[in-house]
Amino acid sequence: MARVADVVSETARAKSLLLDPPDWAGHLAGQHVDVRLTADDGYQAQRSYSIASAPEDEHLQLTIERIEDGEVSPYLTDDLHPGDELELRGPIGGYFVWRESLGGPVLLVAGGSGVVPLRAILRHHRAAKSDIPVRLVYSARTQADLLYREELESFDTVITLTREEWSGHTGRVGRDLLEEAAWPLADHPLVYVCGPTGFVEGVADALVAIGHAANRIRTERFGPA
Amino acid sequence: MIELDGNAIGGELYDVFGMDMTGVMGVCTYCGAHAPVAEAVVYMRGPGTVARCRACHELHMVLVTIRDVTCVDISGLAALEMQ
Repeated sequence: MARVADVVSETARAKSLLLDPPDWAGHLAGQHVDVRLTADDGYQAQRSYSIASAPEDEHLQLTIERIEDGEVSPYLTDDLHPGDELELRGPIGGYFVWRESLGGPVLLVAGGSGVVPLRAILRHHRAAKSDIPVRLVYSARTQADLLYREELESFDTVITLTREEWSGHTGRVGRDLLEEAAWPLADHPLVYVCGPTGFVEGVADALVAIGHAANRIRTERFGPA
Repeated sequence: MIELDGNAIGGELYDVFGMDMTGVMGVCTYCGAHAPVAEAVVYMRGPGTVARCRACHELHMVLVTIRDVTCVDISGLAALEMQ
């Protein structure tokens, strides 16, 4: 059981849980945990959440977007308080992870809360003082939906909004934006794509269409948008 | 049905195999495609968890857990190649 050290609002719909799991052996940037809730009658519900913090950070951080009719997320965002405990399994996953030995240059492509594990990669990259080039392309609905906005501005980040006109890029992440933001193909970039299933399919197809090697594209899907 | 990928069953597979399986290369029995387990098409909301080939959509794995015992059918995978 992990103790909740703090709960922080990220946007109107998303909160971060800062956790202290006992005997945590550390994680790799990009991994997730399974959170299991057990009701008084023994009914259990389990969901996977990406880890938002770098291995070097003090607390294990999860960022949870509230899904209105969700079985798990409303409890995590509304009912958990510092001092409460949460059942975790993990860290999980050895595929959708980045560590310096994997090289780069690295392109991270996020749709919505798919930015969470990619933010862990950015934080780890900075903490490890890596000089491998890394860039984030982040698609969100509106400015109000942007997670970690201030922090991401300190990285090489390209933001596009799909439901709001603003001074920056607008529209979906398509071939044009990827061609503009991606590293030269000759450098064999390593690409991580995380988001809703449809977003990931679209971006992965566009990357292959502009010449990226399929085996240099790692994907993680978390269901419908 | 909500469509996920093999990353989502990393925890379940860890419990069964005792190691991370998401980065292991699976070979499809039906079409011969090689792909990491993380790239399989996964459906989790049925009575069991189903993983299908992203190339030909044939069945790779079925996992069913009853009373804490998980049964795994991986007959749709001709091989699991550790890197």
